[in-house]
Amino acid sequence: MTMQSQINISQVNKTFRTEGNEVVALENINLDIKPGEFICLLGPSGCGKSTLLNAIAGFSLPTSGSIVVDGKPVQEPGPDRGMVFQEYALFPWMTVEKNIAFGLEIKKQGKAEIKNKVDALLEMLNLQDFRDRYPKDLSGGMRQRVAIARVLALDSPIMLMDEPFGALDSLTRRNLQDELLRIWTEFRKTIIFVTHSIEESIYLADRIIVMTYRPGTIKKDVAVSMPRPRDPSSAAFNELKKELSLLVMEEQTRHNQQEIKLPAGD
Amino acid sequence: MKNPYLAKAVDTLQGFLVPIAIVALWQFLSSRHIVNPQILPAPTAVIAKWWEYLLPTDPFDPAHSSFLAWCFSGEMLRDAYASMYRVVVGFLVGGVLAIPLGLLMGANDRIYKLFNPLIQVLRPIPPIAFIPLSILWFGLGNPPAIFLIVIGAFFPMLMNTIAGVRHVDSIYIRAARSMGASQTTMFLRVMLPAATPYILTGARIGVGTAFIVVIVAEMIAVNNGLGYRILEAREFFWSDKIIAGMFTIGLLGLAIDTGMNRLNNYLLKWHRGIESK
Repeated sequence: MTMQSQINISQVNKTFRTEGNEVVALENINLDIKPGEFICLLGPSGCGKSTLLNAIAGFSLPTSGSIVVDGKPVQEPGPDRGMVFQEYALFPWMTVEKNIAFGLEIKKQGKAEIKNKVDALLEMLNLQDFRDRYPKDLSGGMRQRVAIARVLALDSPIMLMDEPFGALDSLTRRNLQDELLRIWTEFRKTIIFVTHSIEESIYLADRIIVMTYRPGTIKKDVAVSMPRPRDPSSAAFNELKKELSLLVMEEQTRHNQQEIKLPAGD
Repeated sequence: MKNPYLAKAVDTLQGFLVPIAIVALWQFLSSRHIVNPQILPAPTAVIAKWWEYLLPTDPFDPAHSSFLAWCFSGEMLRDAYASMYRVVVGFLVGGVLAIPLGLLMGANDRIYKLFNPLIQVLRPIPPIAFIPLSILWFGLGNPPAIFLIVIGAFFPMLMNTIAGVRHVDSIYIRAARSMGASQTTMFLRVMLPAATPYILTGARIGVGTAFIVVIVAEMIAVNNGLGYRILEAREFFWSDKIIAGMFTIGLLGLAIDTGMNRLNNYLLKWHRGIESK
């Protein structure tokens, strides 16, 4: 492990057993992530990108190999690795304010301190008018803002995001991508972002990790050096998009073929 | 219909049509002596009896009691109070036993396996079937009646609480775990609120069962309350009082259900798909 890596994943394997069926979800994954890096895990569904994210989060530990975060092996979920889910996972019985404050209350911070932090986050994510609303009253984009604010409140150095914008319409999506980049620049967090959108990964990432379909391995580690804000209509953007499309399509084709042979779940 | 108020008024009037027609038929049958008034008294006679049952029996005496106390000294209100008291006490005791046990059983598999067989055996026994045993154990009066109500309220609340905890979406648990929630926080601030819609449904069924059981229990184990009163009226062939009593029981049941519904809507104002009825 190099000194500067914050997350070190080495020789990680993950096998799922279901009714005599054995699915190798991850095979020999090796990855070093530096503090402040924006990583996208890219691949078709079933390629194990969410499995890898869940392993880093500590929800589902690898069958073998090691994941070390800030020098400590991952054993369980923790507030040092804040998670944003595609389904938002906001607590519907809490108001927006309470949802954001929840992590701070767990940390037993003082009332005044919590209020200050929540106020600042509400303002940063343009949520002031929704402070006393319940999640059911919010649009998908608004809910995901609250979910991001909730993770920012934890002050975790690492943000794990599992297809967070997958359920949003394209305009809201672009909007939140820009906001996420702003937040990332301001707080210098390490972000691991799972997506199956090639364009999204090029728009956001420092490094795109393209994964293969079953067994999930790292197919290619692509560094993106274009300056931000990136223009999706630019030549460089589209060239990279074409290159990645070919890589992802190969895996998508294998996915389709295997699905015909073996009608197993994701 | 252009005018919304007029449309609403017409709707309301329509709702009264069938009841009015039935009461008119009933009045016609009675006043023409087509049915025996001992069997089915006229609606007017029932209303008169209901009013008499409602009003205080003794004349107002300032030396004896305050005016307010006198207002509530009528037989019906005392009966309604006695019945309500039993329902409330039985329901609360049932809830205090059922909800914590349900939460534990829902959250912990070992506790579930320990208690579930016994509960599956006891649950299908209708609370009414506990009457002989409750009289044998507790004699007559409030204790056996409340015991029966506890049993009636306990099982629906228990089953719903278990189901509520088991149906908590695992994503909330994952989210809370990743934020570092302790076991206690997880239980009190995630599992319990996530299970409230189920728990409240259980409470609503529980209080409904309690209300059924109280009427039966009063017919057997005590000598006041609405259930006792209508059975007593039968012994004297006071059919008008039986129907007046039934009408009161219906009103009280409606009041309880409306109250529970309001409480539900208030506690679940965060919940999707709750329309204020």
